[in-house]
Amino acid sequence: MIVIIDYGMGNLRSVQKAFERFCSNVIVSRSAKDIQKADKIVLPGVGAFKVAMDELEKRDLVGPIKDSIKNGRPFLGICLGLQLLFSESEEGGKIKGLDIIKGKVKRFREQRGLKIPHMGWNNIKLNAKCSRLKAMNEIKSGSYMYFVHSYYAAPKDKKVILCETDYGGNFTSGIHKDNVYGFQFHPEKSQGAGLKIIENFVDL
Amino acid sequence: MLTKRIIPCLDVKNGRVVKGVKFLNLRDAGDPVEVAQLYDKEGADEIIFLDITASFEKRNIMLDVVKRTAETVFMPLTVGGGIRNLEDIRQLLKAGADKVSINTAAVKDVRLVKKASEKFGSQCIVVAIDAKRSEKGKWEVYIHGGRTSTGIDAIEWGKKVEKMGAGEILLTSMDMDGTKDGYDIELTRKFSESLNIPIIASGGAGNLEHIYNAFTKGKADAALAASIFHYKEYSIIEVKEYLKERKVRVRA
Repeated sequence: MIVIIDYGMGNLRSVQKAFERFCSNVIVSRSAKDIQKADKIVLPGVGAFKVAMDELEKRDLVGPIKDSIKNGRPFLGICLGLQLLFSESEEGGKIKGLDIIKGKVKRFREQRGLKIPHMGWNNIKLNAKCSRLKAMNEIKSGSYMYFVHSYYAAPKDKKVILCETDYGGNFTSGIHKDNVYGFQFHPEKSQGAGLKIIENFVDL
Repeated sequence: MLTKRIIPCLDVKNGRVVKGVKFLNLRDAGDPVEVAQLYDKEGADEIIFLDITASFEKRNIMLDVVKRTAETVFMPLTVGGGIRNLEDIRQLLKAGADKVSINTAAVKDVRLVKKASEKFGSQCIVVAIDAKRSEKGKWEVYIHGGRTSTGIDAIEWGKKVEKMGAGEILLTSMDMDGTKDGYDIELTRKFSESLNIPIIASGGAGNLEHIYNAFTKGKADAALAASIFHYKEYSIIEVKEYLKERKVRVRA
């Protein structure tokens, strides 16, 4: 069973529909019990970091999420779901995250000609070591993915960087650490290559 | 590097795609879900549905169209037309829209932009601006599908909604819309240079060069077109090949 965590943020329907193409047992849930029972967990989300952390805490989901990651269950964070994995974010002050990946979430710096949010299709440069990962099966460096965000995650340990993307300089667009994966782009909105990433995660 | 986006727009009335000039002489142009699937296959970068259903009772039809589209098309979908409040936005996002486009309701109460971006995130709040040339170098905001003038300066309005949390501007030139004589390049460039959020150029696309000009001279981040795609004058693939040959970065 794949559980997509519902914490009241954003549109989960397209995430669910994308996973259902490759797996018949996908549920959207806000229950700690379901998270404990899940074989794989997806943390999607769009919106503000602080509101999201507050919602996770209010629903008592922080503990179950951390436990299932500790127990080695494959975990996928998408967009804000990736950012929440980090220690803290500068969005809305200095807000603590799940602290599973050490590092900070930062806002793109204003610079000439750089629009914020970073919105649209941009390519990913795969870290050479990561191209052999099962999760990245058939995903080529240079593939285009759909992004829409104003903040990005900067990991302390560069080894967790799965892929990078250039927007006024390179930023981390994907991370991998043990059983945890996270993407800043939206695989569920990235047509072929994005759906392949979802299929790969289902097959892990 | 971020690529320039090509966005086909579908006018949807009572659950069907329609096409006419300035909302007159509407012709049936198919089932929105099927048309969206076709554009998806051709490599459109996003799709916009503009709901022009007049009657309030029939607006649920649009929610159904959005739901059915989100089940089969895995690309960004924006829905606009007749959105009045947070509940309308919530329902559309829940049905599977990724972004909503607000026009008249934003002009009537700009706080809607602020409230909506705080609640759902700036990334999903597009403000649509229908702009019409007034005096030299100035444009005025029109609402109610272009029927009512407001006296508001379009550029100032753009800056204001950006401050209120809009994530993107869908900028339609009332003067060029339906003419197929090209986008209002001056308007597009003024917006792109005055604002720090992405600008979608709209209104007037008639050929490939128009789209090229919107990106190069107009500095748009995305170009919207409707009839050239509907009537298969050009395919999205052709547009992208044309742009690529001329060194505009597009997603192949």
